[in-house]
Amino acid sequence: MTLPLLCFYGFATVTVLAALGVITVRNSVHAALCLVLAFFSTAATWILAESEFLGIALVVVYVGAVMVLFLFVVMMLDIKVEPLREGFIRYLPVGIVVAVLMFAEIVALIGVRALHAQVLPADPAAAQHLSNTAWLGQALFTEYLLPFEIAALILTVAIVAAIALTLRKRVGVRTQDPGRQVMVRRDQRLRIIKMPAERAQGDQA
Amino acid sequence: MITLAHYIVLGAMLFSISIAGILINRKNLIILLMAIELMLLAVNINFVAFSRFLGDAGGQVFVFFILTVAAAESAIGLAILVVLFRNRSTINVAEIDSMRG
Repeated sequence: MTLPLLCFYGFATVTVLAALGVITVRNSVHAALCLVLAFFSTAATWILAESEFLGIALVVVYVGAVMVLFLFVVMMLDIKVEPLREGFIRYLPVGIVVAVLMFAEIVALIGVRALHAQVLPADPAAAQHLSNTAWLGQALFTEYLLPFEIAALILTVAIVAAIALTLRKRVGVRTQDPGRQVMVRRDQRLRIIKMPAERAQGDQA
Repeated sequence: MITLAHYIVLGAMLFSISIAGILINRKNLIILLMAIELMLLAVNINFVAFSRFLGDAGGQVFVFFILTVAAAESAIGLAILVVLFRNRSTINVAEIDSMRG
């Protein structure tokens, strides 16, 4: 048993335990933190497969952005956990049976024994004297340039949609409208009227 | 040595766990979203493993796109969740039945 294999087993065990934690813990914040742990140890297994760029991207995008968003929403909403847990015990046997059956089917279908012969080949990026990032970048910016641009468009649409969904106009809130402030004219604010003097001049009170 | 089977079994385990999570947490919308994220992660593990073992960059590029789409999906999903909670004061899936589906 070599050191990479030992590391792989360690990270894979942590990943599976964290995934089990996500679906079983009572508190949603703890579930989100378990999911962070699962993503982090999965990123470690990807780095073991010499896919450094995706490993780091997973940490940056998921742990850094998406999970913070999850935690933010979970903490912002005042959720009563108890009604959400009902049926947990009832559906637990069904869930376990389905999961075990599905796992057994997948393992039987792909034929793990045959795949055991597939030992890690030489790193295809290193064969071309490139780093993993350069290897991936060369494919991304030549062959997959159009999908790359579309991915950027999808992210833009997502940010517009998320903001448009959560934006709301409250009534009865005093806010400034800079546009109307700039547009204002003198005669909307100041009225000059002619009126006779109240006192005669030189009349010291 | 690490073999292809190691990664595929890891992916299969994560996928099965998230299926079980969807079945047993069917009331809590946030946990459902997290289980979907786990499922996408399991698929990504398979993509990375096959890309590495076949020496093809396409698999890793696809993981990149899956990450993009999953980030967009969770952002919009959480936005819908926030709006839902603001209007109904609940995220219990059993109570969200106003469309009588």
